[in-house]
Amino acid sequence: MNIEAPPLWSNGPKPGLFYDFPGRSVGQSLVNDHAKTHTMYPTTTGTSVIGIVFDGGVMIAADKLGSYGSLARFRNVERIFKATDEAVLAFGGDIADYQFIREVIEQKVRDDECGGYSKQLDAGALHSWLTRVLYNRRSRFNPLWLDCVVAGFRAGKPFLGFVDKIGTAYEATEVASGFGQYFAIPMLRSAREKKSDGIFTQAEARKVIEEAMKVLYYRDCRGFHRYMVATVTKEGVTIDDDLDLKKDTNWDLAHLTKLL
Amino acid sequence: MSAEMLAMSEYGRDPRKHHFSPYADNGGTTIAIAGDDFVMVGSDTRLTNYSGILSRNQTKVFPLTEKTMIASTGCWADVLSLYKDLQAKLTLYSQEHHDEMSTPAIAQLVSTVLYWRRFFPYYVSNMVIGLDEDGSGVVYHYDPVGHMEKLRFSSAGASVAQIQPLLDNQLGALNMKDAVPPKVTKALAHQLMHDAFISAAERDVKTGDSCIIYTVTKDGVAEEQVKLRRD
Amino acid sequence: MSSIGTGYDLSAAQFSPDGRVFQVEYAQKAVENSGTAVGLVCKDGVVLAVEKIVTSKLYEPGTNKRLFTVDTHVGLACAGLLADARAIVDVARNEAANYRAEYSVPMPVKELTERVSNYLHAYTLYSSVRPYGCSVMLASYLNDSPQLFVTDPSGLCFGYFGAAIGKAKQNAKTEIEKLKLKELTCKQLVKEAAKIIYLVHDEVKDKQFELELSWVCAESQGRHELVPKALKVQAEKYAKAALEEESSDDEEDM
Repeated sequence: MNIEAPPLWSNGPKPGLFYDFPGRSVGQSLVNDHAKTHTMYPTTTGTSVIGIVFDGGVMIAADKLGSYGSLARFRNVERIFKATDEAVLAFGGDIADYQFIREVIEQKVRDDECGGYSKQLDAGALHSWLTRVLYNRRSRFNPLWLDCVVAGFRAGKPFLGFVDKIGTAYEATEVASGFGQYFAIPMLRSAREKKSDGIFTQAEARKVIEEAMKVLYYRDCRGFHRYMVATVTKEGVTIDDDLDLKKDTNWDLAHLTKLL
Repeated sequence: MSAEMLAMSEYGRDPRKHHFSPYADNGGTTIAIAGDDFVMVGSDTRLTNYSGILSRNQTKVFPLTEKTMIASTGCWADVLSLYKDLQAKLTLYSQEHHDEMSTPAIAQLVSTVLYWRRFFPYYVSNMVIGLDEDGSGVVYHYDPVGHMEKLRFSSAGASVAQIQPLLDNQLGALNMKDAVPPKVTKALAHQLMHDAFISAAERDVKTGDSCIIYTVTKDGVAEEQVKLRRD
Repeated sequence: MSSIGTGYDLSAAQFSPDGRVFQVEYAQKAVENSGTAVGLVCKDGVVLAVEKIVTSKLYEPGTNKRLFTVDTHVGLACAGLLADARAIVDVARNEAANYRAEYSVPMPVKELTERVSNYLHAYTLYSSVRPYGCSVMLASYLNDSPQLFVTDPSGLCFGYFGAAIGKAKQNAKTEIEKLKLKELTCKQLVKEAAKIIYLVHDEVKDKQFELELSWVCAESQGRHELVPKALKVQAEKYAKAALEEESSDDEEDM
């Protein structure tokens, strides 16, 4: 791809020829990277991930479908994993990118273990780290096509954070990616607002998560009935990796939603 | 990339396929007003992506030194990275010079840092606010690639088009016949800022939830949070 | 020692007329000057024990450890120059991590040892480098199979049921041979390992030492870990008691 402007007159100088802009070489190489083929769209994808903070911990959920475009291709894909006793991560977006970053994180954790470091990485640290990795990749125009939810603890307090493929990062008491942004977030927020103190118990959190996953299964074409829930408390991480919504859903009304 | 693909227009692309953009508009509004011995800066706390609210409690004003802050809105990923970069540079400076960088020096640094990314800009509207070496309040406003202007008051971000004319009128006494700019007191600055945020929240979906107002004086930074509409 | 080398010992890249590479032999000497380390394989795991000689009372306890974890399933004990050993640990950790990244399974310790040995061997071939002055023991417990390998500065490596390196390796080996390794469990073996280290320690030459004990076994879910504190205390108690018994036996003999 030719990004240089043509000469000002025939055989004359090109604009910018006599002035060396600082950072130009950086800028150019980035643009040239763009001309090469990098990940510009995802391949096998996972849909929404949701998470909420409750009293003394954090809970996240994601279904187990790996979609290939509109094809429901892989029906038992894990998109949640435990990094340490103080951090679990869930990912939406490109499954291959997820599996790549998962291996990187697992090796990081192993390095710390083998090095004999007493402090293990917590959710705050991993969230911050992911922010840098994803921003760096987007700046090279070679993004990791991911929506990451990081749940666990930071300095002993419950933590729930989000990072997307360009490095947009924030913390919140409820987060969701993809369709969850439209369906789950309003449910989670209104459930919280109904509580006078705005604090869920673990059981309430589980219930509202289940309810949100159900709506996502009903409404999101890339949603699925098999899903996982991970809970982080002071006692550690528990992952339910074999949950199913099928028995809790009712499709009797489905035929009525056809266009008249 | 083949010439054919380049020639393909945006709407000609397969609508089911995503396309990668390194930028996002995450909204947010900031206002800064300088006084003789103070400077006030505020931001709303709504973080958005398209029409979704990512967070209702995210300040866009960050401390740089004891008497300098930066207010940044736009592409949130860039905001975070720019702030991290500035923090690193300020730490290096303070360790090398055993002193904090002055507000005017930081103002120039921000301009330089932004211009270094001239051809792949930080998509961020910045204001640097603080007390200068004489202790009086200053506001510096930037465009995304480092153009810098020293001002007495300014606004930036999503609702700039609503708020800036209000400030120009009320603080600059512009667009009025025979009007004289008022003396900027903390009370006036606070009232104006509060009103401006309320008005912006009425009209702009990307501004709302609450606003945090920081007052920088020689004694430090005071912080106050005021509710805005949440719809 | 005066005529040692006679000019043929200045480089690892040169043989002596009788076919020796003196620099490598000197490196082996460095290993033999070091505190003893033993590794014992039994039916359900491997135990590593190190006699870490403490040269000053001013050192904090637990510093300059000679036991390392290379990967979750691999333990390493070293003898010789500690700084050299640390560099080797780094190499081993990289190899183990690369293997995992390639094949997403833990690296078999035999392959790991061979990689480390090849690396050590490369440093016996050139005039511009010196051989590593350390020997390492690599222990793992993978798929119910306990394994122990030992490297040498020359680049050789061997698998063992029971091995000893360092200054008292002869005595230690004699002690190991008395054990019925195949019948013991790691829990029992920890005590024996402690006893051997206490037994071969030379109180006259090296006054203070610290015992380091680790294992990879069924008990530790196949992970390399330091032996739990309570068990270590028990083992040390057992070792000291055995030592006293032995010395009183000696007196009776006299």
